[in-house]
Parts: sequence; structure tokens; C-alpha cells
Amino acid sequence: MTEFTHVDPGPSSPGRRMKLFRGGRPRGTRRPWFSGTVLGLFAACGLLGGVIAPHDPTDVNLAIDLEPPVWAGGTLSYPLGTDQLGRDVLSRLLSGAQVSFLVAVGAVVIAGAIGLVIALLAGFLGGKLDDVLMRISDASMAFPVVLLAIVIVASQGKSLTVVVLVLVLAAWPQYARVLRSEVIRIRTQDFVTMAQVMGGSRWWTITRHVVPNVIPTLLVLATLQVGLAIIAEGSLSFLGIGVPQPQASWGNMLSDGRTFLATAWWLPVLPGVALSVTVLAANLMGDWLRNALDPATRR
Amino acid sequence: MLEIKDLTTKYFQGGKTATATRGVSLTLAKGSATALVGESGSGKSTVAMSVMRMIRPPIGDIVDGEIVVNGRNVTGASKKEMREILRTDIGFVPQDPTTALDPLFTVRSQIAECMTSTPRAARDDAIVELLDSLGIVDPRARLREHPHQFSGGMRQRVAIAVALAKNPQLLIADEPTTALDVTTQLSILRLLDQLRRERELTTLFITHDIRVARLVCQQVAVMYGGVMVERGPMDLVTARPSHPYTQALFSANALDVAPRQRLRAIPGTPPSLTAMPAGCPFAPRCDNATATCREEMPPATTTEDGVTFSCWNPVTA
Repeated sequence: MTEFTHVDPGPSSPGRRMKLFRGGRPRGTRRPWFSGTVLGLFAACGLLGGVIAPHDPTDVNLAIDLEPPVWAGGTLSYPLGTDQLGRDVLSRLLSGAQVSFLVAVGAVVIAGAIGLVIALLAGFLGGKLDDVLMRISDASMAFPVVLLAIVIVASQGKSLTVVVLVLVLAAWPQYARVLRSEVIRIRTQDFVTMAQVMGGSRWWTITRHVVPNVIPTLLVLATLQVGLAIIAEGSLSFLGIGVPQPQASWGNMLSDGRTFLATAWWLPVLPGVALSVTVLAANLMGDWLRNALDPATRR
Repeated sequence: MLEIKDLTTKYFQGGKTATATRGVSLTLAKGSATALVGESGSGKSTVAMSVMRMIRPPIGDIVDGEIVVNGRNVTGASKKEMREILRTDIGFVPQDPTTALDPLFTVRSQIAECMTSTPRAARDDAIVELLDSLGIVDPRARLREHPHQFSGGMRQRVAIAVALAKNPQLLIADEPTTALDVTTQLSILRLLDQLRRERELTTLFITHDIRVARLVCQQVAVMYGGVMVERGPMDLVTARPSHPYTQALFSANALDVAPRQRLRAIPGTPPSLTAMPAGCPFAPRCDNATATCREEMPPATTTEDGVTFSCWNPVTA
């Protein structure tokens, strides 16, 4: 065993290892505690938001409007305070998490699946089909998302489904473009030729060798898009063409709370913090996944 | 074993067609090794890809000729029949060992993929035996390793193992040593030679390096501009080339140039595949070219020694 790639420093040299990789593990292979916890909480809220909320998130009670959070002089029964209509902010955040989660997962999964299929068709089959698919994706990329949202909302009305639809229409070309170039890069590698020379059908080659090699890129892209989708839902709701009132969403809450920034800071700040932390966690998770899925950096 | 008759392969690119090979003929006897030599763009890889039917629309197509592998007609085969031929008869070793293996899968699973004829339970032992015979130390310990844990030369051995796993009749090696350093090259070449002798493995060895080819091949075929200019026994062709291009190629390879001597280059560049001259493709760069050379394609002539060449004014005549 004299391969250069196989040098094991052995148990006698832990110090050298520590110097090379601070914290004892190479960068990117440390467990993603922060992003894992945040995304876990986010998913839990997304799935159980309505059940664990202490109050009805749409229950209006003007007698207790604009109560501050508990650490700023509020009461324990409304730990994160209430908004201008006396609705519980914590319950609204949890309910909003449900909306964001549905939108993010729905938009990312559907757009990712469409993008992957288009990328495989365009990248692997090539030719005229490639040209046509890529021109379609160029055209959809050039179309402004907000205008698209307004058009769809005008004809279909406001709903969660419409928000997901708009985000899918806006996001699939990005998956398709990035993944297509990945597919082309992988298709020209010798192991794909070898897979075909070993008598594999085109379908077998794609599912066995091309798709698994595209998946890491897809996952990294998807985690970035989770962040973008949450922000986009917020923006659409902020503009009033997203999730219909009185359903809480982080975007709605930001939009409603922005006029209270000076008097009741918790109304815009809390949903803003929730949104930023979740997006940050999603992006960090993407970074970690990229390293964790690559056999060369896995151990 | 392998018979290529009048093979013409074209590539289609954006409405234009490029003729990559013109009327190429080549025969490989069982257990022999033939070197397919030529510069980049001479069509040597296209011949290999055509044998494996890897050139299909929209990229290109075989427009004329016939290829027979192990008694089975490749040119007339349906996609399904072709897959069957590939699965059992043809092994392929690519040029670049860094991309020859899928980075996501272990060495074991990639070799096992091609061992369709071996029962599942016996595959691990068969793989260990195969890797051992290819000179990989302690193969059982390395089965579950990924390609990035192997060095370039070892990866090329694994790639050869993948090619040999189906126990093929024909091995096509497309510049298998070009990406390796000189000492590793030599060990891979020895390995290929040993495999050919032990397994009676017919080998088609594609290279641009005649020195490499001389080490493993008894036959040589020289291509230029998509045309087979000369083929025959290695020692005869290298000692007494008939075609001016063969002569020029061998002298450019500096087989016997003393140190500090000026190397000889062939003036000019190879013709574009999209605008091939009507006559001999080498005519524009050839010292002996006449008007006939430029207008008419020379026919193939075979000498008593078994050397076949296509030239109006051969150097040896």
C-alpha cells in the first residue's frame, strides 16, 4: 500500500491533525448543529404550527392590543406580545411558519423536479430539444416575477396555491440552467461512456450515474432556493398579492408591522428575525450538504 | 475477431457534416494487438467509437461500411442487440483515469456492475482476484474505497478491471497511458501486453505515440485525415514505411534522433474535416505529391509482406 492518497497519520500524531483542521474535523464535516436545530424547529412548526399555538392566530381582541413581549413588560399569556388587533404574535409566528414551510417545500420540490427533468432532457439528449427548452427557460427568467404574480392573482385570486405556483414558475429555469450544465459536464466524463459501453441503456445510465452526480448540486441549489422562496413569499405577502389576510405569514406580519417600528418594535422585528434565521440556517445547511455528499470530503 | 470494412463515419454539427473517417478498413486477428496511430483529429477515436456504436444521431452516424465483432454484425445491430454485444464482448479503457470512474460509488460496486454473468455471491471474490491480477496490492481492503482514494495509475488499473469484468473478447484502449507518468505508463503497457497473452484478448490500442505502440502491438495502422494511409506488421512498417505520411510521422517521433539534433516536424496542418480535399488528404503537406494525388483518392495496395497502403507515389517503390 504505497499510494500517496492513503497516508494515515496514525494515532500518534493528533497534534498535527488539530493544526490542519481546527476543531479536529475538516471544515464542512462538523455536524450542522445550528442549521439542523433551526430547520428542525422550522419543520416542526411548519407541520404542527396550528396545534402548538397557544391562541387562535386570527383571534382579534382589541382590549389587549399592542402588548409588548414578556421581557419588555408584557404578560406570560402573550409571551411575544400582541399586535395592533390584539392577536397573539407567538401564535401568528407559528402559523406563519406553517405557511412559509408549505411554500418553501412546495415551491422547491416542484421547481426542483421540473428543473431536473428539463435539465436531463436538454443536457443529455441535446440537439434541437436543448435549444427549445433553454430558450423557454430564458424567456421565463426574463419575465418579472411580481408582474407574473399580479397577473395570476388577478385571474385566480389570492391563495397559497397561487403563491407556490408563482414561485415554481419563477424558480424552475434556475434549476434547469444550472443542472443542465452539470448534466453536460457529467455526460462528457468517461464513466458515462463506460456505463454505455458496459451495455447500459440510456435510462439506466441516466438514473444510475448522471442523476446521483447531479443530486449534490440540486440539493445545494434547493437549500439556497428555500431561503429565496421564504423571502419571496414574504415579499409577495408584503405587497398584498401573497397569502390572503387574515391568515398569518411572516411576510404579512412584516408588512402589517412596518408602521409600528417606532412604537411597537416587536411587530416587524420578530417575524424579520424568524425569517432571517431560517434563511441563514437553510444556506448553512446547503454548504454542509455539499461537503457531506462528496465522497472526497466526507471523511 | 474484429473486422472493419470501408467504414465512413460523419459528425453532424449545426447543419454541417464533418467526415471523420473515409473508407477505413482494418482486421484484427484473435489475440493480436493492433495500434491505431495518428495525430489528433485523424479519426482514430472515431473508429473506436464507431465499433462500439457510440456515434449516433444527432451527434453523427455511420453512413457506410460494415463492422463485425466476434462474428456479430455491429453496423446492422438494433440498439438492444448492440447493448448485448457491448455487455459481453467489448471492453473499453478510456484515456483519462480521473474521470473514468464514477466518484460517488465504491470500486467494488463499479466493477460488480459489469459482472452480470457472475452470481452475486461470487462477485466479491471475482473482483478481488481480478484486481489482484492487475497489480493492486491488498485488493480486498480496497474494495469499499472510492476512486479519489486511488492514485492515477491505480485508477487506470481499476478502469481496466471495469473493462475486463465482463470477460470481453475485444479490448479497446483509447490512449490509456497518455495521462500517466512515464514509469506508470510502462507498467500499464506491460499489463495490457500480459492480458493479451494470457486471455487471448484482442486489443485495439489507440495512441499518437508510436514508441508506446511498439511496446505492445504487433500490427500498426496509421490514420491521417480520416483515411487509413498504411497498415501492416509493426516491424515492417516502422522499418520501411511506404506512405510518406507514415515516414514523416515516425521521423517526427524522433525514434532514432541523436541528442542535440534538430527534430523534424511535418510542415502544414491536417486538413479540416468539414472541407476535405477530393484526393489524398496528405497531398497538401506531401513532398512527393503530384496532380493525381490532389484530384484522386489513391487505392489501397497490398504488398507481399502484408503491408497495405494508400498512396500514388509510395516512398519504398
